Amino acid sequence: MNRKKLQKLTDTLTKNCKHFNKFEVNCLIKLFYNLVGEATERPGAATGLDRNAFRNILHMTFGMTDDMIMDRVFRGFDRDNDGIVSVTEWVHGLSLFLRGSLEEKMKYCFDVFDLNGDGFISKEEMFHMLKNSLLKQPSEEDPDEGIKDLVEITLKKMDYDHDGKLSFADYEKAVREEALLLEAFGPCLPDPKSQMEFEAQVFKDPNDFHDNMNS
Amino acid sequence: MGVALARLAQWTAASYGTGTLEITPLNEILLKEIIIFVEHFIYDHPQEAKFSFVEPLEWKTDLEPSAFESGYIVSETTVTSEEVDKNGQPLLFLSVPQIKVRSFRQLSQLVFIAKDTKLKEAQACVEANRDPVVKILGSDYSTMTEDSSAFNILHKITSSDDPESEMKMRIAILLKQLDLHLLSYILRHISLQICLNPEPVKKDIELLKSFSGKGEQTVLESIDYTSDYEFSNGCRAPPWRQIYGEMCYVLVKPHDVETLCITCSTEGVFLNGDIRFNEEQQKNQIDEVPTYAIRKSVSGSDKNKLEKNQINFRKNQMTRRLEPSLNWRTTVDFKDRKTPAKDSQEEKHGGKLEKTRTSISPGRAQLLRKSVDKVEEMASESSSESEEDEEPPDHRQEANADLPSEYWQIQKLVKYLKGGNQTATVIALCSMRDFNLAQETCQLAIRDVGGLEVLINLLDTDEVKCKIGSLKILKEISHNPQIQRNIVDLGGLPIMVNILDSPYKSLKCLAAETIANVAKFKRARRVVRQHGGITKLVSLLDCAQNSIEPAQSSLYETRDVEVARCGALALWSCSKSYSNKEAIRKAGGFPLLARLLKTSHEDMLIPVVGTLQECASEENYRAAIKAERIIENLVKNLNSENEQLQEHCAMAIYQCAEDEETRDLVRLHGGLKPLASLLNNTDNKERLAAVTGAIWKCSISKENVTKFREYKAIETLVGLLTDQPEEVLVNVVGALGECCQDRENRVIVRKCGGIQPLVNLLVGINQALLVNVTKAVGACAVEPESMVIIDRLDGVRLLWSLLKNPHPDVKASAAWALCPCIQNAKDAGEMVRSFVGGLELVVNLLKSDNKEVLSSVCAAITNIAKDQENLAVITDHGVVPLLSKLANTNNDKLRRHLAEAISRCCMWGRNRVAFGEHKAVAPLVRYLKSSDTNVHRATAQALYQLSEDPDNCITMHENAAVKLLLDMVGSPDQELQEAAAGCISNIRRLALATEKARYN
Repeated sequence: MNRKKLQKLTDTLTKNCKHFNKFEVNCLIKLFYNLVGEATERPGAATGLDRNAFRNILHMTFGMTDDMIMDRVFRGFDRDNDGIVSVTEWVHGLSLFLRGSLEEKMKYCFDVFDLNGDGFISKEEMFHMLKNSLLKQPSEEDPDEGIKDLVEITLKKMDYDHDGKLSFADYEKAVREEALLLEAFGPCLPDPKSQMEFEAQVFKDPNDFHDNMNS
Repeated sequence: MGVALARLAQWTAASYGTGTLEITPLNEILLKEIIIFVEHFIYDHPQEAKFSFVEPLEWKTDLEPSAFESGYIVSETTVTSEEVDKNGQPLLFLSVPQIKVRSFRQLSQLVFIAKDTKLKEAQACVEANRDPVVKILGSDYSTMTEDSSAFNILHKITSSDDPESEMKMRIAILLKQLDLHLLSYILRHISLQICLNPEPVKKDIELLKSFSGKGEQTVLESIDYTSDYEFSNGCRAPPWRQIYGEMCYVLVKPHDVETLCITCSTEGVFLNGDIRFNEEQQKNQIDEVPTYAIRKSVSGSDKNKLEKNQINFRKNQMTRRLEPSLNWRTTVDFKDRKTPAKDSQEEKHGGKLEKTRTSISPGRAQLLRKSVDKVEEMASESSSESEEDEEPPDHRQEANADLPSEYWQIQKLVKYLKGGNQTATVIALCSMRDFNLAQETCQLAIRDVGGLEVLINLLDTDEVKCKIGSLKILKEISHNPQIQRNIVDLGGLPIMVNILDSPYKSLKCLAAETIANVAKFKRARRVVRQHGGITKLVSLLDCAQNSIEPAQSSLYETRDVEVARCGALALWSCSKSYSNKEAIRKAGGFPLLARLLKTSHEDMLIPVVGTLQECASEENYRAAIKAERIIENLVKNLNSENEQLQEHCAMAIYQCAEDEETRDLVRLHGGLKPLASLLNNTDNKERLAAVTGAIWKCSISKENVTKFREYKAIETLVGLLTDQPEEVLVNVVGALGECCQDRENRVIVRKCGGIQPLVNLLVGINQALLVNVTKAVGACAVEPESMVIIDRLDGVRLLWSLLKNPHPDVKASAAWALCPCIQNAKDAGEMVRSFVGGLELVVNLLKSDNKEVLSSVCAAITNIAKDQENLAVITDHGVVPLLSKLANTNNDKLRRHLAEAISRCCMWGRNRVAFGEHKAVAPLVRYLKSSDTNVHRATAQALYQLSEDPDNCITMHENAAVKLLLDMVGSPDQELQEAAAGCISNIRRLALATEKARYN
């Protein structure tokens, strides 16, 4: 990609992104193209990270393990639902990932957890997300008993309107009361440690950056 | 001493007849007590001391005849006392190495002569005379025989009335008392090592049972176990109480009071019921000192009464500890032990004592001892770290008890904590927080299902969210003292200390807050320190100065101020141990605390001031506090709206104002006015105690007193003399004592009617209060008009009786207060004489070994001796030898008052000569080399008086007094000049007279 094009892309994205400055956006774009690889830069074809490449990044860089959650995170990034994360989606997604306000994060997390996108997190969805969260104990007669119980506990804690499912209002209220519940059904945001490492690695010293630019 | 010697002294096994005492600590104590008894006999019972024994006490001595001085006819191998009995036999006869002694007077002398070898002599004497009582009084008084000698004695006294047997009787009683004393003394030593077991308890109860029943002639109406079933180990208490050492419960119905329920445990026998009852009973016991009782009943020769008394003792003993002797001394001691602990407690913690009291639920079996220990523990914490850790027993929930539903729910959650991944764990943690964690059932449920281990383990993982969730729970449940101990036992503290280094501020905060809760007891505080927690906590205080921080709502972030607040909170808890104070100082905590003190967040200020207040109890930290200009901010915060903050600020000022410069600083920063105005709000007793404490310490400076008068604080203080808890009273009275050094204030106190409540307080038992009250009354007595009121209220008598108080501080303070009273009372001489035994009491206080007591008593004697008749009386009581004995001292305060007393006492009979004979003159001369002018003046006056006797002049001259006195003549102090000159003139005149005599 030529320099002029890069400059233009950076400027557009910086304008639309409130959490990153121009330098940071530049870094992220560079990283994106590094990850995508020059090969994909073919005219006409959409450039971006496909599901597998993205999941790989989530796993390697942000330490996520849950396949289902990673899928949901990919969906969160892939706003136009075209199966790849474009450079715009990449910068926007990371903006929330790294710098998002609580409101943004709540919205994002709720969307991740709302598997069928009907605006509610139902008992079934919860069960689905939590089913691997307990060690299977051989002594248990019904291995799902514990999960069902955990779902009930969660509902008791978060379902303020007692309709047996979580609306966004329920979820928001619960999170405002107890911030730990933001990622109630699985880690879908980077943990603070890997976040710091990622930022440290990507946003290197601006002087380095300028050197790179000039070279 | 018969019983004690026969039963308790540890004789070497094999020998019989002339056995030898083993060298054991117990025997040494025994001998020392006997020596003290013999030494004091001559002073305490001069009449009895003259009595000559039926048979002499005879033993082999190591003393050389040359050791004997005046009063003895000494030859090379024999010594005979000049003192003889009515048959002309010498009372002491030494023919090397055999010695025979026939009176207590001589025994006393001998102990005095033996000096360093007295222990050895006493041992030899005891070994050679296996039953000294028989030798002293004759075989009728043998204590080796089994029967209770009280009845024998009683029989004797009623059957004969010749003076000799009456004398014997008195000695017998004295020896009996010694015996009791020795027994109880030794028992106290033994009982520390011995626990009760069911066997003797059972025997005792059987014994009492056999003497119980209806009618006048029985000891008790009834005594019964609460349970008929006896376990194989002899206990009757249910097994779950047995683990606490309880053996059985007994219902006792005495003749005079309601049925008592008594718990017999390995630690002793305790009266069940609420604590107040016990206290009241203790009081009664103290009133019934058996010596009085025995004397009374013997003189009244009332057999019934004596019997009754014995029963009383039996009962007292039952309620206290099952000990074979009539152990009244331990009960008195018990009380003693309690009061100082309580006092220091009150000083340090203001009103906290009340809390401990109420926290003990009434109606349950009260282990009085336990609660006292608890008080002691708390008292010891603020000042020093003793080795033993007093920790309450673990009360695990009993398995079969009806468990609340929360218990099962919590158990389920803990299961998910154990077996869940991060997501499940966070859900379980959040759900657990919905329980009422302030409730003890939930706290203990978490622990009992193994939740504490899991929570602490979570802290050791990398999952920040789990750590946060876990700490949020630990923070809540660690308000419970048992949980605090469990957390320490499970090694939670080092992990939390490590978390303080975490990059996430909210995590640091939670860890610090939890540490603040857990570090409520000494062992925990030590662990925090040993793992470097203090340094880390201090570094939390170092928050950025900019107060405008973005309000971050992230889970992991929080404001720097909040971090500092939590750090201060933890330091506050930790600062209750001495070593931690030191660690805080070393870690540079004071400048940071001083900086935080400038902020205006009350949440922050309370722990900061709290920490400062704790640290201020040590003198070197007060200097650091002064250096950091902390006082200014403390004063500022006195004006805060927050009562707790006011309380801690006042408390910190109270601690710091020991220092004069600090007192001035408080005034200069305008702190006196808010203090005075806080006096008007009396609802919050803890704050009131702190405020009055601060006023007390501040009023040590004159200028501050003037300010307080301006603010009408004196009147308010007088109003606080009634209906206030003791911790407030101590401070109020202390403040008044300081204020009354000022004449105008004395008038105010009198006009506000403050003297009556002050005098009323003289009958209290709180040591600290008594010290302050006596001081205040003494200060008031300087004013003749006030003195009239004190006299009318019989205040002098009350002061005088405080001279009998066991605490030296109270004694001294009372004696100081008596001085102005005697000075200003009308007919002071007559008044003093009206106190029966009062003068003897004062003179005997000269045997004290406390310098302050001695100084004060000397001052009192100076004033008493102004009256000729009283001087004659105290001379008869032997004031001259006692004063002379004190002469070799380096304490300038004592020197001054001693010299004054000597100078006064010279005014009677041949006292001047007597002082010379008792070798008081030479040491006095040395006082002139002291650096204190007050000592010079008093000494010169004393020497002037003594120099009226030619022998004394010679002694003075020999000790080079003239040169020193000549220097004194050049002093600007007129009185000193005159006295020195007078003394020189007396010496000179004697020299002239001798010269004249020689030439004639």
